[in-house]
Amino acid sequence: MKREVISLAGVAVELFEDGDGAPLLFLHSGQGFNPDQPYVGLLAKRRRVIAPSHPGFGKSELPDWLDTCDDIAHIYLELMDRLGLAKVDLVGASIGGWIAAEIASKAPERLRKLVLVAPVGVKTGSVDKLDIPDIFAMPQEKVNELLFHDPAKAAVDFSKMSDEQLMIVARNRETLALLVWEPWMHNPKLKHRLHRVACPVLFLRGESDGLVTADYLARYARLMPNARIETVPKAGHAVQGEQPEAFAAKVHAFLDA
Amino acid sequence: MQAWHFTETAYPYLPPSDQYESIRVNLPNRNYDPQKGAALYDRYIREWQIAEEEGVEIMLNEHHQTATCVDPAAPLVLAALARVTSKARLLILGNPIANRRQPVRVAEEMAMVDVLSHGRLEAGFVRGVPYEVLPANSNPMRMNERHWEALDLIVRAWTNHDGPFSHEGRYFHYRAVNIWPRPWQQPHPPVWVSTTSASGAARVGAHGFVQATFLTGYDGTKAVYESYRRGWREAGRGKDVPIDRLAYAALVYVGDTEAKGIAGAEKLLWYLTANKVPRHFATPPGYAGTSAAVAMMKASIGGGSPIGEHGNFGRPITVEEAMQRGLCFAGTPDQVYKQIKKFYDYVGGFGHLLIMGQAGFLEHEETALGIRTFAREVYPRLKAEYPATRLSGVFENAAAPAE
Repeated sequence: MKREVISLAGVAVELFEDGDGAPLLFLHSGQGFNPDQPYVGLLAKRRRVIAPSHPGFGKSELPDWLDTCDDIAHIYLELMDRLGLAKVDLVGASIGGWIAAEIASKAPERLRKLVLVAPVGVKTGSVDKLDIPDIFAMPQEKVNELLFHDPAKAAVDFSKMSDEQLMIVARNRETLALLVWEPWMHNPKLKHRLHRVACPVLFLRGESDGLVTADYLARYARLMPNARIETVPKAGHAVQGEQPEAFAAKVHAFLDA
Repeated sequence: MQAWHFTETAYPYLPPSDQYESIRVNLPNRNYDPQKGAALYDRYIREWQIAEEEGVEIMLNEHHQTATCVDPAAPLVLAALARVTSKARLLILGNPIANRRQPVRVAEEMAMVDVLSHGRLEAGFVRGVPYEVLPANSNPMRMNERHWEALDLIVRAWTNHDGPFSHEGRYFHYRAVNIWPRPWQQPHPPVWVSTTSASGAARVGAHGFVQATFLTGYDGTKAVYESYRRGWREAGRGKDVPIDRLAYAALVYVGDTEAKGIAGAEKLLWYLTANKVPRHFATPPGYAGTSAAVAMMKASIGGGSPIGEHGNFGRPITVEEAMQRGLCFAGTPDQVYKQIKKFYDYVGGFGHLLIMGQAGFLEHEETALGIRTFAREVYPRLKAEYPATRLSGVFENAAAPAE
């Protein structure tokens, strides 16, 4: 896996790249990007996987002017220009899916196909109920129950992490809060901008995902004319983490079709 | 030295604490009886009046969605106090401006209280404790940045007298700021900022505002004050730092006997021990900074209990321990005087003692007696020993406190 740091819009962004084939731009979730996770290699077997750490995540810089997923989408449009990606397959998970949807709303002609894995980013439900549960207002054990099909495997062992890794975990969480705090987990404008996204769109959802419900995804998918939804069994919010083989197989099948 | 009477105006009539998850943020307000609450407001306001009668100044603060402090709109109580008192200085400590969307509105409220009180306002600004971000739906990231931009804007709104000005900052935007009324005090009411961190104190010192620190104990307080003086000097404000720039808040109860003094302090400890708050409310991401978050993650390894910035709260503590750590001064008048003197000399001095003289179930008569005994038996000695003409940073007691 190649790792470099490039400057986009004056922001130093960490960029991972692996594999050969047609380019696949992968946008990570609020957990940050970990190149050692099995799904990365499975995607890179057949694709040139390009994965930035979002500003404020991993070792990417967080400029003081940046505070929305919309801001990050603009930075990634520049990334696509810099890498010469006239048309690209875009895959985003959770808030990475939100950023991907923002990109799609701005430059639908730049996407060949779009995969949104348990994305957040729109508000389609009622005023008096959060579309996405408030993960910052509940104990971590409860968050894990919502996030994972198998919460027992979710426990992060801080004792095995270096100080540098712990700093990244803490900083990822801070940046996540910055981006999603208000309005909670969405951009009110986004749902009014997605109708121009005409490319094929695949929504993936883990069947045990307690954060992004089947209902939410159905309403999200209806905002785009050419979208469909597939469910992955025995997976929670992070489909790519809990079921890497099934995830990679579905992504490849969709992109190859 | 100036002394200030302070109560958080708590509503202590709660079910047993094992029946709720948190005393803050999500405790249903069906537990609040408005009639009992009204009686509490009556007596707390009366206690502030008693403080004034005894020559003690008045302080109040603001918290949200909590039984520990039923004063979610402190400027309202401040306005009431402006009309039912006539001599005491009125310190609000303070306005949580990182959580308030309209700094100019805060400037208006403070200017109005200053005029209503004929120039008795001391305007404090606080960053707010971590449990406040959810009630305010306020982003816990970049609170410092919002705090300082808002404070600069408020001071400008107070001091601009030539018609509208504009402010197009990072966080706040106004095209025509021109507040009515303007403050009574010129150029503006004294500004206080509370912080318990050394880095925050340096910035307060650079501005020359009054620095208050809460329950930071011997060494924490010393570090905060040292940072304040460093910030003051580095900003070119001169070598000498006046003593009236520094304040310390502690639990204080004075009795005519040691036993009565300690018994009163026991009740004040409610403020610390009743603060049952789960970790997810106490440590929102970004509030304490990345390094502090890492320290908490490390502390949690092996099932340890992470103690954050507000580690004094929500755990058992005895009066003796609180006294040893400099969080509490209690006993007879002579004992309390000596405790404060020892603390004062160790931390390098402070010009304001912020007295939490009422908390939890300390009843009205006990509170009034505590205020009166302090004011009559201890305060005159403190004023004589520590006049406002002293400088900060004079250490007469280099020995560490007995642990």
